[in-house]
Amino acid sequence: MKVLVPIKRVVDANVKIRVKADKTGVELANVKMAMNPFDEIAVEEAIRLFEAKVATEIVAVSMGGQACQETIRTALAMGADRGIHVKTDVELQPLAVAKLLKAIVAKENPQLVIMGKQAIDDDCNQTGQMLAGLLGWPQGTFASKLALAAGKITVTREIDGGLETVLLDLPAIVTTDLRLNQPRYASLPNIMKAKKKLIAETTPAELGVDPAPRLTTLKVEEPVKRKGGVKVKTVQELVDKLHNEAKVF
Amino acid sequence: MAVLVFAEHDGAKLKDATRNAIAAAAKLDSEVHVLVAGSGCRAAAEAAAKVKGVAIVKFADDPRYAHPMAETLAPLAAGLAKGYAALLAPATTFGKNVLPRVAALLDVQQISDIVEIIDADTFVRPIYAGNAMATVKSADAIKVITVRGTAFDPAPPEGGSGTIEPVAATADPGLAVFVGHELSKLERPELTSAQIIISGGRGMQNGDNFKILESVADKLGAAVGASRAAVDAGFVPNDFQVGQTGKIVAPELYLAVGISGAIQHLAGMKDSKVIAAINKDEEAPIFQIADYGLVADLFKAVPEFDAELAKLGLPRRG
Ligand SMILES: Cc1cc2nc3c(=O)[nH]c(=O)nc-3n(C[C@H](O)[C@H](O)[C@H](O)COP(=O)(O)OP(=O)(O)OC[C@H]3O[C@@H](n4cnc5c(N)ncnc54)[C@H](O)[C@@H]3O)c2cc1C
Ligand SMILES: Nc1ncnc2c1ncn2[C@@H]1O[C@H](COP(=O)(O)O)[C@@H](O)[C@H]1O
Repeated sequence: MKVLVPIKRVVDANVKIRVKADKTGVELANVKMAMNPFDEIAVEEAIRLFEAKVATEIVAVSMGGQACQETIRTALAMGADRGIHVKTDVELQPLAVAKLLKAIVAKENPQLVIMGKQAIDDDCNQTGQMLAGLLGWPQGTFASKLALAAGKITVTREIDGGLETVLLDLPAIVTTDLRLNQPRYASLPNIMKAKKKLIAETTPAELGVDPAPRLTTLKVEEPVKRKGGVKVKTVQELVDKLHNEAKVF
Repeated sequence: MAVLVFAEHDGAKLKDATRNAIAAAAKLDSEVHVLVAGSGCRAAAEAAAKVKGVAIVKFADDPRYAHPMAETLAPLAAGLAKGYAALLAPATTFGKNVLPRVAALLDVQQISDIVEIIDADTFVRPIYAGNAMATVKSADAIKVITVRGTAFDPAPPEGGSGTIEPVAATADPGLAVFVGHELSKLERPELTSAQIIISGGRGMQNGDNFKILESVADKLGAAVGASRAAVDAGFVPNDFQVGQTGKIVAPELYLAVGISGAIQHLAGMKDSKVIAAINKDEEAPIFQIADYGLVADLFKAVPEFDAELAKLGLPRRG
């Protein structure tokens, strides 16, 4: 079974981002970038399926500028078999990413697509569900557990009230939640091996997709900042302030 | 043109977040319709019809909607949405699961998690875990939107007199089967609608220790939440998680106990009216946003806090 893993290059989760002074976006120059954390979990899950002899090949796909190839290399060093880079400098929004992925699915015929539930830059949480809709495939979103058997996949989903379990026909789309697994670090020998693995390049035009954004960003601003308050010395003082000053109880 | 809200409900009652989405919808257009899909869920449709501002309830009652599966609900909503200027849903796991699939079927770029409506095409939404706010303008004919509940006061549950119009179910593609769920027993208010939340982090050390928070919560009629670290360590179930990738909350009071205040946690609670924090590390980032900070060992401070509350003899809220 072939598994496709879409991975996005994003600002590292530990970086405190800054809004540009001209309000056109977020400062990305000289900022540490990394694979979207949810996508690392997706890569890890695919590798575990491979190790369990359920998956036979793992293809990592990333879309965007040239630097995406670094992110694909990271996936290859973790254990993915080969990469596909959809090269474009157009700002990609989830619908466009989903359409591009649909075109790649048509070429690659994976039985399973495992991807992140959310990119931590745009915080959209859309692409997997959109891809499932475009393909007419079932979707197991926000997964914290997977089990494959008899041509179907059981997905445990994290929902607001607790956990939900669904049984999906294959092919299917799964989106990962944080507790699905703990991604591995690439070992040095695997980083060396990854250098020899293949990354194929393609473009939206070759895939027959118009990636033009539908949403225009008019401006990006700082959120309203909270000013720090006071330190209280005792529990009594805390209760007094909350009760008599803030009047929250 | 009217706007349609996709309701989340449990068969009998609307989920609170649905009324926040209705409130946002009412800002877009004076004519608000609500889609209630489920099985044997007339009570929920009636509840929706009573919400202030709701003109029509589109009621799809069919066994195939017994569970909120995106595979069956998306074609239904996409079919109905074609007659509307906008389709909205709460940005809960229900809305987040179903709505992007609907958007794809409509060939629309969804606008996730809006916190403000500028005009019929223009919305404000947080990006980068709320560390930046983007104002975006949509070029799509139908706007498909999820609504961050904390940003819109809920529409009143009474005062409406909408009519209920049955709609036919659409075909079940038969791709996915609901197997079961494990829902947390709710002994306290829901996190997303609680007035007061008391959350514990890694500093709690284990699940048993959450009892000291529960005792405080019960005196205040509060909900109990947690950081991801506390959930990951298995102290509490996943649905307790507050943050960028958990629940977004904005209660009157958020009390963070043994939580450092990572950006991803702040993303979920920094819009709370009042924030208080108890942490033994005076450098903990949580203190930079807390209105009231107490540097103390939580195992001493929380029981004391509890005892002080007992002295106040508060009327139980909730
Ligand atoms: C993609 C991504 C998404 C994430 N999403 C979320 C999310 O939605 N929500 C979330 O919360 N996190 C999220 N995180 C994790 C986040 O980065 C932090 O790791 C997490 O919030 C830390 O939890 P914590 O504050 O409980 O633990 P820690 O950072 O370990 O802090 C524990 C605190 O407890 C204090 N403490 C310890 N013992 C005591 C004591 N006896 N008395 C008083 N204080 C004590 C310590 O001083 C410390 O400040 C996410 C991370 C990533 C990468
Ligand atoms: N440019 C991209 N390249 C590859 N995968 C992407 C890209 N954008 C989004 N994705 C995938 O879609 C998931 C959800 O993203 P989003 O819907 O933007 O929150 C991510 O976790 C990735 O798996």
